Amino acid sequence: MSSSPRRKNGRQAADDGVVIRMAGIRKVYDTGKVKVEALRGIDLIVRRGEFVAVVGPSGSGKSTLMNLVGCLDTPTEGDYELCGQPIASLSRDGLADARNRRVGFVFQSFNLLPQISAFENVEMPLLFGGVSRRERHERVTDLMARVGLADRMDHKPTELSGGQMQRVAIARALAMNPDIVLADEPTGNLDTSSGGDIMGLFEELWRQGRTLVVITHDKALARRAGRIVEVRDGLILRDETTGAAEPAPLVCEAAG
Amino acid sequence: MRLGLVFQLFLASSRVQKKRAVLTIASIAWGSVALLLLLAFGEGLKQQLSRGSAGMGTNLAVLWMGETSKPWQGMPAGRPIRPRVDDVNLLRERIPGLVGIVAELRNWRTAFTYGSKTVNGRLTGSSPEYGEMRNYYPEPGGRFTNALDEAEKRRVIFLGNERAKEIFGDEDPVGKTLLVNQVPFTVIGVMKRKIQMGTYGGPDAENALIPLSTFVAMYGSDRIGNIVLKPEQPAEMPRVLADVHKILGAKYGFDPTDEKVFPTWDTVETGSVMRNILLGIQLFLGVIGALTLMIGGVGVANIMYATVKERTREIGVKMALGARPSWIVGPLVLEGLLYTVVGGAIGLLLGMILIVLIGLIPTAGNDALEFLGKPTLSPMIGVATAGILGLVGLLAAYFPARRAASVDPAQTLRYE
Repeated sequence: MSSSPRRKNGRQAADDGVVIRMAGIRKVYDTGKVKVEALRGIDLIVRRGEFVAVVGPSGSGKSTLMNLVGCLDTPTEGDYELCGQPIASLSRDGLADARNRRVGFVFQSFNLLPQISAFENVEMPLLFGGVSRRERHERVTDLMARVGLADRMDHKPTELSGGQMQRVAIARALAMNPDIVLADEPTGNLDTSSGGDIMGLFEELWRQGRTLVVITHDKALARRAGRIVEVRDGLILRDETTGAAEPAPLVCEAAG
Repeated sequence: MRLGLVFQLFLASSRVQKKRAVLTIASIAWGSVALLLLLAFGEGLKQQLSRGSAGMGTNLAVLWMGETSKPWQGMPAGRPIRPRVDDVNLLRERIPGLVGIVAELRNWRTAFTYGSKTVNGRLTGSSPEYGEMRNYYPEPGGRFTNALDEAEKRRVIFLGNERAKEIFGDEDPVGKTLLVNQVPFTVIGVMKRKIQMGTYGGPDAENALIPLSTFVAMYGSDRIGNIVLKPEQPAEMPRVLADVHKILGAKYGFDPTDEKVFPTWDTVETGSVMRNILLGIQLFLGVIGALTLMIGGVGVANIMYATVKERTREIGVKMALGARPSWIVGPLVLEGLLYTVVGGAIGLLLGMILIVLIGLIPTAGNDALEFLGKPTLSPMIGVATAGILGLVGLLAAYFPARRAASVDPAQTLRYE
């Protein structure tokens, strides 16, 4: 991956700073007998450097929204562009590559692979990204130091605490230097103190210019975001900016 | 690079469940052993039977003397046709492309006396060519009849090995004098033991043979019992048989298309039927073996399904991290193939050891074992076994892997 600041692609040359552009997104789950309309027309634009908290009760459609944003699923209707690239045009491999290069996932249940070490977990996306062995080693070492786990690299996930596991997961999410970090209830399985650490880490990432989208029930975490989007019944109910200061944005990286 | 990645991922994810792997590999190995043994037994049986059917001689036709079934030039059907020894000489002159044609005269109840022992049995009179055509090869120290015996009507006799044993016991018969219907004959040779499956009138081992001219003189009749002939090219057989009918038809006055005149055993024709039956048996055994192996394949598929199910979350995580579907499927296919290849290799090795061991069991003297032959490997068996194994492995790995590729990461990652 190069770190060229501007895209060379024509349509993206006029970089408008938009990472997520969703228009008229609908998602219908067909369970055979009943059709469940999880999203009923979402319009959402997230710009580079934003820290967006997505809140809403269970069943509101926010998880579905996150799956779509993270290219884990495709919308039934509507247009979604991630860093200017229309997702509908992508093949399965293309979607995989988009997840690899553009999105870093952080899950509530960490989803670390239990049989391999913390180091290898963080290395996994780099492996998929085709990064050389030497560079993988450098990046993983660097990331583990940044999340404060330089001395735990060889530990298996089961030998780590919840907070430590989530920090490994964040390091993994950052490994490919993605355009967006997508977190689904990142503090949901953590005690208050570890949860606070993770919130601090997210804030720090924001200050460094990362774009963050976090689903959360945690009001404390939501308040620390720059923008709160409330989803209810498959629609955006409220979308407001908090007072938090916006840091200098990073730029979308060129497609590999 | 990407194949390397698949391999790397395979190594990283294969914390193999040992017991499962061992059982799966064992089932594949067992299937391979069964397949290999069945095919090898089929091959052994085939070779043994073709050796056995060659025992009487190859590409022969035997013609018996019958009667007409069609009226011909004013003469009614039902006339017996009884050619004489001279007619065979006529046929020999007239028909081109023959290895040999001989008359065979028989007496079914001849007394053979040696010392105080008398044995009753079959006596054949025929020409020296008969030996080569019908695989009457002498044991070392003896010989078959020759042209001089024939010309001088010598009283010499060639014995089938069983007949010789019956009369002489452990004594060496060659050079001894034997009374045939109270007429003294000198034993000139004993037939080398041979495997014979096709016979007419009984196995050659129980026969005794004297020169044709001697036989005719002794019994006072030169009416032929049957004719044995062999064309140079097996494909020429129908033409040669037609020639016999044409020539003798003209001489004795019968319709040359009348097939009842000389009831005929054409071994070229029956041989091809035999080969087809043997091919069928081999195919049948192969299918049974392949089905056994297929069960092993189902075992592999089962294990792979379980693996996919267990690793659903892992697969989902990898997909979220950007693994392409082929990088998920590749390592799984590799795992399934590995089970098959390792199991197959073990099975083939065991099978070959078994085949060698079975080959060491002595079969001489045991009729059933001798008939079955020994399991034998052939290049065709190697190709068939490898092909079936490969197919089983691919199928066993493909379906579970396809299921892995259809894992929906959004579904698997949401729940604990």
